[in-house]
Amino acid sequence: MSGFLVQQPGLLSLLQDRGRYGAHNLGLTTGGPLDFIAFDWANRLLGNDINATGLEVSFGGLTLEAEVESSFVITGAVAPCKLNGETIAQWQTLDIRAGDKLEIGFTSQGTRVYLAVSGGFDISPSFGSSSTVLREKIGGIHGDKLKAGDRLPCGNARVTRYYRLAAAERPAYGNFASLRLVLGYQQAAFNATQQWRFFNSRYRLTDRCDRMGFRLEGETVHSNMLDMLSEGICHGAVQIPADGQPIVLMNDRQTIGGYPKIGSVIPLDTARLAQLSPGSEVRFEAISIEQAHNIHCLEQARFERSSLRLERI
Amino acid sequence: MRIEVAGQNAFIVYFADQTSALVSAQIQAAVNKILATMQDCIVDLVPSYASLLVIFDLERSDCFAVKRQLRSALSDLGDLDTTAGELITLPVYYSTESGPDLEIIAERGSLSVDQVIEIHQQQDYRVYAIGFAPGFAYLGEVDERIAAPRLATPRQKVPRGAVAIADRQTAVYPAVSPGGWNLIGLCPTRMFDPERDPSMPVKVGDRIRFEAISREDFIARGGEL
Repeated sequence: MSGFLVQQPGLLSLLQDRGRYGAHNLGLTTGGPLDFIAFDWANRLLGNDINATGLEVSFGGLTLEAEVESSFVITGAVAPCKLNGETIAQWQTLDIRAGDKLEIGFTSQGTRVYLAVSGGFDISPSFGSSSTVLREKIGGIHGDKLKAGDRLPCGNARVTRYYRLAAAERPAYGNFASLRLVLGYQQAAFNATQQWRFFNSRYRLTDRCDRMGFRLEGETVHSNMLDMLSEGICHGAVQIPADGQPIVLMNDRQTIGGYPKIGSVIPLDTARLAQLSPGSEVRFEAISIEQAHNIHCLEQARFERSSLRLERI
Repeated sequence: MRIEVAGQNAFIVYFADQTSALVSAQIQAAVNKILATMQDCIVDLVPSYASLLVIFDLERSDCFAVKRQLRSALSDLGDLDTTAGELITLPVYYSTESGPDLEIIAERGSLSVDQVIEIHQQQDYRVYAIGFAPGFAYLGEVDERIAAPRLATPRQKVPRGAVAIADRQTAVYPAVSPGGWNLIGLCPTRMFDPERDPSMPVKVGDRIRFEAISREDFIARGGEL
């Protein structure tokens, strides 16, 4: 099948859909786009299925050659994007012809760029999902990141309506994020003083931040748990091992683990965290599960409604 | 039994502070009950030693309804059967060739290598949890005489099928990976094969029995040294 030919794969480019669910019982993790907000917009602007397979390009550096007539959208981190050498815009539907060269340069604000094509890439699912998880060698093309010479299969498909997301609606990627955290798990093992320190300090992203987890450094926080049995870990869980430095567990986390956790960052905010570079800072804000639900519903309503703010071009 | 919030769309149920055959049976019964009564709003269930993580679909339900349904499901787990789950026999080629840490474990327990091998096969193990890597089943608990702490320096490469011990847990490595457990033998049975259905020969709640096989038998069953 024809599609897009990978000329330069970039540092870490992965085929992803919305993630792998219902396979934790086999020890398989979730995968999926670290910043689902930008990922969803890319599919939305093309009128694709929400779960259509796209590309997560971490830090940029990707060059593809089209073999098909298609339409595409680039969202996420700010990076210089070119079609046959001409600068093109992000967050809007564009056409591409067979023989065209599409380049995504290195990111300047944010770290994860998303590329979606009309109809999505045609990747057969493993355990119900095309999401690539390197650690498990599952999903994508042979469970691997993109390599030069790979072909990303997709059909000839052009959209008939072209949209762009209004500038004011686009996320801004900076070097600070406030992360809302649902208190839970072993939170009672962190006494009032420890929780005060945790919620009143700024933490810095170390350079050990990857798709499994983001390791932070700052004020140390300690629980009174000496040891605990391994248990299931959900997305966004903040694990604090004996060294007192928090780790936010992300899409490719192990599904079980034995370190105390103070709660879990909501997905809307792990998406923001995922766009930060090492050296950026975060703080945590405690919320209840009920507040998290409100935020989730509100954000969903905004996403549905924002078709009003899509500009037809 | 205690239900705690885990995340925006997850609760974790703690059944006890320690694990036991009874706790494990309770968790297995809870998994079955939840799958039978709440399937439409459940995304994933992660059973472990003494807890069960319940991840639900926010598009289909909410924390109030899920907590209420969970309470109701857990209030009556029926008769618990500690011998529920399948009994699965896994063949193992035990030897110093296939199990480089056998001698260290023997020395630590003032046992012979043959005794270590004998003790490892003497009992059935329960699958307490699956995680760490696809198909990695945590089995417990090994006899204290052959329990062994993790290696100070993990190996870069543990072979697929390696049968290993860490503290009072034992496991079979489903794929080549780094690892810090003590290696005592090799199992030719594939513990995880994405091309097969089911992709794993065991599930949480099953019981595992290990059975020694010869080098020839190991190779005949597709094992590689």
